Amino acid sequence: MNAHAVRDGYNFAYLDEQTKRMIRRALLKAVAIPGYQVPFGGREMPMPYGWGTGGMQVTAAVIGADDVLKVIDQGADDTTNAVSIRAFFRDLTGVATTERTADASLIQTRHRIPEQPLQAGQILIYQVPIPDPLRFIEPSEVETRKMHALEDYGVMHVKLYEDIARHGHIATTYAYPVLVNGRYVMDPSPIPKFDNPKMHHSPALQLFGAGREKRIYAVPPFTDVQSLDFEDHPFEIQRWEQSCAICGSNQSFLDEVITDDKGGKMFICSDTDYCRSRSHAVDQAVDQAAKENAA
Amino acid sequence: MYVAVKGGEKAIENAHQRLAERRRGDRAQPELSVVQIEQQMPFAVARVMTEGSICDPTLAALAIKQAGGDLVEAIFLLRAYRTTLSRFCSSLPLDTTAMQVNRRISAIYKDLPGGQRLGPTFDYSHRLLDFSLMAAADDSWAQGPAPVGADEARAEAADPETLSRVLQILEREDLIVTEQDDGAAPADITRDPPSFPCNRSARLQSLVRGDEGFLLALGYSTQRGYGRNHPFAGEIRVGEVEVLIAPEELGFAVSIGDIEVTECELVNGFTHGADEDARFTRGYGLTFGYAERKAMSMALVDRALQADDYDEERSSPAQQEEFVLAHCDNVEAAGFVSHLKLPHYVDFQSELELLRKLRTAGAPQEIPA
Repeated sequence: MNAHAVRDGYNFAYLDEQTKRMIRRALLKAVAIPGYQVPFGGREMPMPYGWGTGGMQVTAAVIGADDVLKVIDQGADDTTNAVSIRAFFRDLTGVATTERTADASLIQTRHRIPEQPLQAGQILIYQVPIPDPLRFIEPSEVETRKMHALEDYGVMHVKLYEDIARHGHIATTYAYPVLVNGRYVMDPSPIPKFDNPKMHHSPALQLFGAGREKRIYAVPPFTDVQSLDFEDHPFEIQRWEQSCAICGSNQSFLDEVITDDKGGKMFICSDTDYCRSRSHAVDQAVDQAAKENAA
Repeated sequence: MYVAVKGGEKAIENAHQRLAERRRGDRAQPELSVVQIEQQMPFAVARVMTEGSICDPTLAALAIKQAGGDLVEAIFLLRAYRTTLSRFCSSLPLDTTAMQVNRRISAIYKDLPGGQRLGPTFDYSHRLLDFSLMAAADDSWAQGPAPVGADEARAEAADPETLSRVLQILEREDLIVTEQDDGAAPADITRDPPSFPCNRSARLQSLVRGDEGFLLALGYSTQRGYGRNHPFAGEIRVGEVEVLIAPEELGFAVSIGDIEVTECELVNGFTHGADEDARFTRGYGLTFGYAERKAMSMALVDRALQADDYDEERSSPAQQEEFVLAHCDNVEAAGFVSHLKLPHYVDFQSELELLRKLRTAGAPQEIPA
């Protein structure tokens, strides 16, 4: 696949080669110590902090002319920020882009893991706002680095216990903390906890970039990723009574869409590619059945 | 099917178009030129250069024009451009003592060598709207009579001087702690991620790029008792300094031009050193261009952040290094605040689902004692 021309006056994928090398070194370290937050010399990007600059720097560091890029936000390829980031990389790398999960070699994501299981050789790049899972318990970086170094994660379990005591449930529904490779407690980024089990032993490489906080971390393929829980309160994922109004799936994460101002609503898949490929398959099956009936 | 907030390339394109129209305003009016902004909005230009970290008035003016006067947006534009520039040399330290001074004041001595030089300042103007500025500009400015006293002012401006430093007077008497260059290579916060506690050079760099409003408020808080450090405006000077580089292959320093900077040195409450003698302490502020408010705010916060050096209790926000430095950058802050506008419906759906589950389960349980 030939790369198209890169915008005049800019290097391939925006960052200069020295910066990319610096990011790749941080990535190698991150892969070597799964779940450990590696500080890196994060650069300003032409998008605002908080809009995916960390994920974009990681993508820029690993993308090559032969890659096929997919960008999603909230599971969808057509949300404005996903459109904008995809356009940016098309403009500055000329690589092919796709909306099909199976066809992508790189997937940059915000807040979701695709429903379709990832394959070996694919790289999933997460945009991360606050990389430290301990940050909302202890605001000081000096303290939390010590806590990670000493594996001092008691406060995290205390927090989860307090949830159960107060609400009867663990009241964390997204950015649900995980233990990686039995060592580091890691923030999976604000994906719904529904997606947490997909991280465990995934054949794909998972990279995490936090631009404003200047941290990179990673989960190499086939790594243990356990969501924190208690024996008597095991980790559970969200379930819906409804099925997707478009493709009928009862296995996917559903978004609630308000259809009028009288309380009308419907549920649809948050993963647009998954939904489209399923409804396409349903259409084909219906057509096939109709043909067979006619015959 | 109705799906709100998902928008494609078309919607983004239209939004860019509408923003361009809004920036341009009524097309019956002549368009602002970059050189007009550079020449006639020097304070905006100075702020954007300082917090945008490039000393280039023309680029700063372009950023202000492109941002429609939104200075934080202009700072962001300049920073995003800055990251694409290659770095080929570090300058030698600026020698601000050799500054060609256009303004120099000290609040600690009534008169001093070189005197007080007000230069251009808002300080003593009555803040009355000058309706004469509303009159349509015409071409007569070129020929019109200069304002009264302008000749003298111009003569003064044409004759900038090199003045000795006010704080040296105190240093000579050993009444103030001295700033010492330990010869270490300065930090580079644009290349190395912050780690706390950080050294003074990383701290000062963060403060130079820090948001003026945030640092102003923090500096102000120290004056109101939240980490008091008894400041005096030892010296504020504004003027041109020479930038020198010493390329390795050349072996000697060459001048690459002059830049305008504002420097503020505060004299602060005293401390007892190892030798038990009491000495004043100090805070330092520096900006590109003429940006006095920022330089003073920076110096107040710089002093507040030296609490550990003088065994002072860190009891107030302005003294908390990690809090101040992690939150003073307005490009970072504005980005993260504005990201709330991005869709969060997956996370929200998760919360909604939990809330409904909690409601179904009945009243919250009591926390067991």
